[in-house]
Amino acid sequence: MNLQSDDFELFGVPRRFAQERSALDARWKELQREAHPDRHAANSAAVQRQAMQWSVRINEAYQRIKDPLRRAAYLCELNGAPIRAEDNTAMPADFLVQQMEWREALEDAESLTEVDALEAQVHQARRTALERCADLIDQRQDFAAAARQVRALMFIARFALDIERKQEQLGQ
Amino acid sequence: MALLQISEPGQSPAPHQRRIAVGIDLGTTHSLVAAVRNGVADCLPDGEGRVLVPSVVRYLQGGGRQIGYAAVAAQQGDASNTIASAKRLMGRGLADIAQADKLPYELVGAGQGGGMVSIATADGTKSPVEVSAEILASLRQRAEDTFDDDLYGAVITVPAYFDDAQRQATKDAAQLAGINLLRLINEPTAAAIAYGLDNASEGVYAIYDLGGGTFDISILRLTQGVFEVLATGGDSALGGDDYDSALADWVLAQCGVQVQTPSDKTAAQLAARACKEALTATESVAYSALLAGATVHFDVNRSDFEAATAALTARSLAAVRRALRDAQLTRDDVQGVVMVGGSTRMPQVQRAVGDFFGREPLTNLNPDEVVALGAAIQANQLAGNNAAGDLLLLDVIPLSLGVETMGGLVERIVARNETIPTAKAQDFTTYKDGQTALAIHVVQGERDLVQDCRSLARFELRGIPPMAAGAARIRVTFTVDADGLLNVGAREQISGVEARIDVKPSYGLSDEQIARMLQEGFSTAAQDMQARALVEARVDADRMLIATQSALDADGDILSPSERGSIDALMNTLRQTVAVADSAATLEDATQALAKGTEAFAAQRMNRGIRQALAGKNVQTL
Repeated sequence: MNLQSDDFELFGVPRRFAQERSALDARWKELQREAHPDRHAANSAAVQRQAMQWSVRINEAYQRIKDPLRRAAYLCELNGAPIRAEDNTAMPADFLVQQMEWREALEDAESLTEVDALEAQVHQARRTALERCADLIDQRQDFAAAARQVRALMFIARFALDIERKQEQLGQ
Repeated sequence: MALLQISEPGQSPAPHQRRIAVGIDLGTTHSLVAAVRNGVADCLPDGEGRVLVPSVVRYLQGGGRQIGYAAVAAQQGDASNTIASAKRLMGRGLADIAQADKLPYELVGAGQGGGMVSIATADGTKSPVEVSAEILASLRQRAEDTFDDDLYGAVITVPAYFDDAQRQATKDAAQLAGINLLRLINEPTAAAIAYGLDNASEGVYAIYDLGGGTFDISILRLTQGVFEVLATGGDSALGGDDYDSALADWVLAQCGVQVQTPSDKTAAQLAARACKEALTATESVAYSALLAGATVHFDVNRSDFEAATAALTARSLAAVRRALRDAQLTRDDVQGVVMVGGSTRMPQVQRAVGDFFGREPLTNLNPDEVVALGAAIQANQLAGNNAAGDLLLLDVIPLSLGVETMGGLVERIVARNETIPTAKAQDFTTYKDGQTALAIHVVQGERDLVQDCRSLARFELRGIPPMAAGAARIRVTFTVDADGLLNVGAREQISGVEARIDVKPSYGLSDEQIARMLQEGFSTAAQDMQARALVEARVDADRMLIATQSALDADGDILSPSERGSIDALMNTLRQTVAVADSAATLEDATQALAKGTEAFAAQRMNRGIRQALAGKNVQTL
């Protein structure tokens, strides 16, 4: 293992979507206990530099591996299906219609109750999309299809922020 | 040749080899120094048994200065030369200081284009960094007197909500005071260490830290010696001073009195503080001050004081709400709220926090001392005095970092509440054919417009090889280290050329300014600089030898005989140099040579350590 190892190797877990969050949390702390610059403060400058690099790398991996959306995107990329959200907008076909309906619903919503109902719908859609991701990555190994789900999830994440903003507006 | 004493791996050095490492709480109104002695952290008192030192420095004409209680005694008589609350000026520009006209001393802007504010005194213009350094130097002196030994290093605390400029200013002050800074740590995190270790706490805790001039809220998870900060927030200009001002304003408005002179401003403020402190224990007290030659006397009820300051308390709770949201927790998830900072003695603050969390806040530790004690525990560990210790701090960056893009917008690079150390890379390109330089403006804050964020620095990258417009790929790396400080590096990806970076800090001191301050006979650096440099070089060389030897003892088996031979040779050279060297430069060169010669070894050791950490776990989970 070295600084170039992928997140899964670094954390010593199988390279798949299904992960146990508590195991990742515990592993993160174990690795930082070894690498954190504070553990090497009385060492030479060279060791401190090394510690810094490792500690940064471990934090980077933890941020990515603990977040289901980022983990799915990372797995797609490792398996030759990069997300490239900036120039590739391919998403599941039924999702495009869904997207437009949601946008309209949010614009038209006039009460907090309406927005809250929309929020519940979006949360449900997120759960479903994550389940599909798990199936496409871990069972079918269809990474191109998984990448489309990831793009849909990225839309959902952005849309959830718009919902939050609207809730704040209506709440005041 | 003297043989170096090496302690058993995992054991502390013998008592006489223990490194003197202290924790310093550099506060707005008071400062403290603490150390771990016989396994217990306690605050070091001065000759008269007092642990707090007022963070006040008085400058006398001709270069003399008074620090702490002596300065306070002269505060009202010489208000314009007696600098209190300098912490509020650290890393700040003149325009940032709210109500500068209320201060009894005169602030001086840094001229065109921003820069850190300074203070006009009878002994010339002083930077708040120099004022802070005076306080730090006096605490260093106290520690060295207590232990009758040189100080190895210190952990200095800063408000969690301090931005990069304020942290850098604190680090610069440590350098001016001749202190080897082991780490900057956040005040609420330090308090959590002292509290958590004292009470063997586990779970999610909130640290509500209302000091003399700053407010922090940190949400932490404590598990088996790991202090993981989940989110932090606050206000770096909200503290007890503001409660004093609000009370003074209210009383003076009731009496129709106006204050103008520096001595009246100080008197009004000091009377308000006395009144506030008395109201902690009693329901009603007289505000009494000698202003403009007449005595102002006014009865203040606790309810008046609470009404006059309710907005301040509400501001702190707004920050608490946001920190909880950032941590994705509700108030019910919090198992305990620890109160830190002298200002949490105010009954209305305790009540407001208790009501908010629906539980009685924890006030069983001395709120003035707990931060310094936590810092001392961390300093002891960082100095290597507690090799068996398993304390680990995982702290976060309090404010997002970004760069200015077209149209004055901010492109966010590092998000707030991200665990440090962290690094993020961003690619930039040129927009003109043959362009060889690039300017990057780094800002800190949560707003979308550059003008609403703090300007940190402007970086100029030079030495980019000439190419067609848009062809160069300049990867700029933003690294936030364990002190929470930003470092920027840049490399052109296609040619591999390392771009040279010129940093122009927006509110900081340049290296030249610091060098000048050091040279201008800073009071504590009056001792022979060269002798000091030699001593420091010797300490560094010894430290390097000890570290290398213990690395060889632990992991020497990784090395091939020839690698081992060359490290041994470098160590021998350094040992001989230590024995005879009379210049710091020769010693530094030999130390540097050993450092360079052991770099590959260090990398291999680190890999082995990480692998072992994993292997241990894998066996357990099998």
